[in-house]
Amino acid sequence: MAATTATTYEPTKEDFEFLAGRDITTDQNFASQSYWKGVAIHFLRDKRAMIGFGIVLVIIIFAIFGPIFSSYSYRDIVSYVDESGKEVVARGIAPQLGLGGDGPFADRMFLFGTDDLGRDLWTRTWQGARVSLIIAFVTIFIDMIIGMSYGLISGYFGGAVDNIMQRIVEVANSVPRLVIVSVLAIFMPKGMGLVIVALLLTEWIGMSKIARAEMLRIKEQEYVLASRTLGAHSMHIIFKQILPNTIGPIITQMMFSIPTAIFTEAFLSFVGVGIMLPQCSIGSLIESGFNNITTLPYQILPPIIVLALQMLGFNFIGDGFREALAPKLEDM
Amino acid sequence: MAKYILKRIGLAVATLLLIIFVLFVLVRIMPGNPFPSERMSAEQIANKRAEMGLDDPILVQFGRYMVNLAHGDFGKGTSLYYGAPITTVLTTCIFNSFRIGGLAILMGTTVGLILGITAALNKGHFLDHFCTVFSILGVCVPGYVFLIFLQYFFSYKMSVFPYFFDASRFLYSSILPALSLSLFTMSTVARFTRNEMVEVMDSDYVHLAESKGMYGSKLVTRHILRNALIPIVTVLAPLVVDLLTGALVIEKIYGINGIGKLMVDAIAGEGVDYNYVLALGILYSALYIGIMLVVDLLYGVLDPRIRVSAKEGDA
Amino acid sequence: MAEMNEKAILQFQDLDISFRTNAGTVHAIRGVNLDLQRGETVAIVGESGSGKSVTVKACVGLLDANATVNSGKILYRYTDEKGAQQVVDLLTLPKRELRRTINGSKIAMVFQDPMTSLDPTMTIGKQIMEGILIHKKADKAAARARALELLELVGITDAERRMKAYPHQLSGGMRQRVVIAIALASDPEILICDEPTTALDVTIQARILELIKDVQKRLGISVIYITHDLGVVAKVADYVNVMYAGKIIEVGNVNEIFYEPKHPYTWGLLAAMPDLETDDDRLASIPGSPPNLLHEPVGDAFAARNAFALKIDEKAEPPMFKISDTHYAATWLLHPDAPKVEMPTELVARLERARKEAEKYL
Repeated sequence: MAATTATTYEPTKEDFEFLAGRDITTDQNFASQSYWKGVAIHFLRDKRAMIGFGIVLVIIIFAIFGPIFSSYSYRDIVSYVDESGKEVVARGIAPQLGLGGDGPFADRMFLFGTDDLGRDLWTRTWQGARVSLIIAFVTIFIDMIIGMSYGLISGYFGGAVDNIMQRIVEVANSVPRLVIVSVLAIFMPKGMGLVIVALLLTEWIGMSKIARAEMLRIKEQEYVLASRTLGAHSMHIIFKQILPNTIGPIITQMMFSIPTAIFTEAFLSFVGVGIMLPQCSIGSLIESGFNNITTLPYQILPPIIVLALQMLGFNFIGDGFREALAPKLEDM
Repeated sequence: MAKYILKRIGLAVATLLLIIFVLFVLVRIMPGNPFPSERMSAEQIANKRAEMGLDDPILVQFGRYMVNLAHGDFGKGTSLYYGAPITTVLTTCIFNSFRIGGLAILMGTTVGLILGITAALNKGHFLDHFCTVFSILGVCVPGYVFLIFLQYFFSYKMSVFPYFFDASRFLYSSILPALSLSLFTMSTVARFTRNEMVEVMDSDYVHLAESKGMYGSKLVTRHILRNALIPIVTVLAPLVVDLLTGALVIEKIYGINGIGKLMVDAIAGEGVDYNYVLALGILYSALYIGIMLVVDLLYGVLDPRIRVSAKEGDA
Repeated sequence: MAEMNEKAILQFQDLDISFRTNAGTVHAIRGVNLDLQRGETVAIVGESGSGKSVTVKACVGLLDANATVNSGKILYRYTDEKGAQQVVDLLTLPKRELRRTINGSKIAMVFQDPMTSLDPTMTIGKQIMEGILIHKKADKAAARARALELLELVGITDAERRMKAYPHQLSGGMRQRVVIAIALASDPEILICDEPTTALDVTIQARILELIKDVQKRLGISVIYITHDLGVVAKVADYVNVMYAGKIIEVGNVNEIFYEPKHPYTWGLLAAMPDLETDDDRLASIPGSPPNLLHEPVGDAFAARNAFALKIDEKAEPPMFKISDTHYAATWLLHPDAPKVEMPTELVARLERARKEAEKYL
């Protein structure tokens, strides 16, 4: 504890002059970094989120370009007419690179093989991924808009408005998705439309709950009170001031809703009320893979793997977002 | 407490009635006609409509339906199972579905809890990582995909288990579907339990318990588990509901005569059977609301913060 | 065993702790030395993030899993059942052993937030009895009687009925009394209070402080008091340790710290303390914020915020300079070659006022 023990540096006389020309009033630690920059840095450092991001990116790229650059169409049967005038169909070919060998299609490349009707599974798988992604993005985007508006309005006005709107949510929430789908099946033709409407009717509820909770939290903060005292219009406050603050949790919720949508699509198509032939989606591909599992067992693998990777990717991104938005502070 | 329970029950019943009414109206105002018109003449249809009272005012129809419902009578199907009363069909189906569903919930929660607790107590070690990977897998791959694989390998290739459900060998032929059905529950419960435990283990009150000298199994059972398990009750409700949905595909794949398969038949066939849709809609909604109610009440019983309300006294 | 100050019952020796985080390693505690003697109250004062909580958590075995003790010892002296003097290093003691022999029965802790530090699913009676039942060979009835006695000791009326209450049925102040009762349940020799009044209303704060002082006097225990509030320190402490960026930068008895502080950081803390006569615009604050210990500063960690920083502050860390037998401070301003720097006049005037105020009540 004595003056001589702690240091090895031998100070000189000049060392004991005041440091001049500094500005100590600016906070060097916190001033330099904005909130969103911090979130971005945290997210980019998150290995899991980056893996998820990579997976999703690769799937999106394949879903966009896979069918475009394929030499087959997802709905056409691969075949040719031989010398005798008979049509030879590329039915049930196992995955092959097309390096040659025996058989009529030995020189054609079928990375995932062909299905029982003779369609290229590589093209169909990415077409299916494209369909599920489109369904997921479209419905979740619309759901976000509906749910957010609903939740923000409900939370902002509070009182009787909030009460009525929340009772509606409660009742809507008490109807199982399955029942909604079955009633829709009465009114609508089966297909993509039914899947989208079913998702629209159910997924907005979660979003509205988050938006409302955020609204209730932010509503009472000073800057909102200030602009209210200054006479700002309700809608202006909701959409210009509060909305930007709810973006974080909403994006997180979206990242978790997308896999739900993909899952639901796959489920409905598998059951037979979703995507109909000759269209294809991940769900319908799994279904036809299941129907042919004893004869063409490889057929079911590609859609299942793509489905699992999509789920994995979006879940990882969602987790990453959640943690980046609310990092746990080290207690010191 | 009694008042709270009564209020919750009343609310649940009111919600259910409202849903039944809306479902009924929706099904009755549907476009087209409920009978497979290509197989019936116009006269036959008119007779059938009159017989079923479809031309009466809708409130009268609803009243009649509710009276019948009170007697446990769901009416008859319009295209499925001609002649057989829906109630009879439902009873068999419910029996099969509930036994498999019950088995799945039991397996899912038990294994999920054990996995989650083990993972939390070994945080950062092998078992924890195993649990994480397992729960990611269970969440990312639908249960029916597992069933397809299980069925392919164990039933088709190895013939260890039956390829289809066989009610006469109930337990034996329930293993594969119940296991696949339980995977989602299992992984969700495992992940939730683990995270909840880890959070509780880092809470002030556990630190206080440790600082007064609690450790080992006493600390875990008295302070950690009790607090971590209460919130798990809340995830169980949505899980049971997911299970109902999952059962749809599982029953279709494994040929189980259950309510899920009945639902698929009612909506995915050539025509939609409106009366079955209505009956199943009511059944599913009732189940759903019932489960939520039970969980709500259970939570109230387990958590003293709800059970013993009202703040009293001051410093 | 290790060398230990003869009079101390608890001694931190060069404690050095770091945390692994996603962003990197945070060197949170950078060589802490501290002595606690029997029956005295030592306060550790500092801003949040200075490492004061980590320091005491280390001695009750509550460090987070991502913490690493790089070096140092926490020595504890006690008398065992046979009456022999024992010295143990609390950092090397296995956790189970620590919980069984030290936690609760020798060293107990009171946490910052009474709203979260009681188990919400257990009645407070059970929570108090638990501590007694693990450490003492007492039966349930005896433990119950003792719990009732403790509740009365900490000033809870109607103790019989309160035993059956759940934490949520009590107010914040009540709960903190219960937490203190739990801490006292197995007659500890050392009570560690981690900001025990921060989460409470001002009026209740004073009562809890009184309670802790009263209990200390009656039971003759030693108290380590962690706070960022110098007002609290003035009321309870015998010795004060001022902590900054994982180090103790000034230590002294309460008069030395309050009337003759030597470290510019301590000046800043004292100047930031509101008193009735200071005008609002003259209530000073220390500019900036504590350094991020992810990137350990070179030289004096306080230099960046110090209006009196010297060139050497950016080159080397100041050692502890001795001012009196009990008063030390780590600032180069105390070096014989350093320019003479006096306390800001504003602060001198305030401290003078405070001294007069204090004398009036003595």
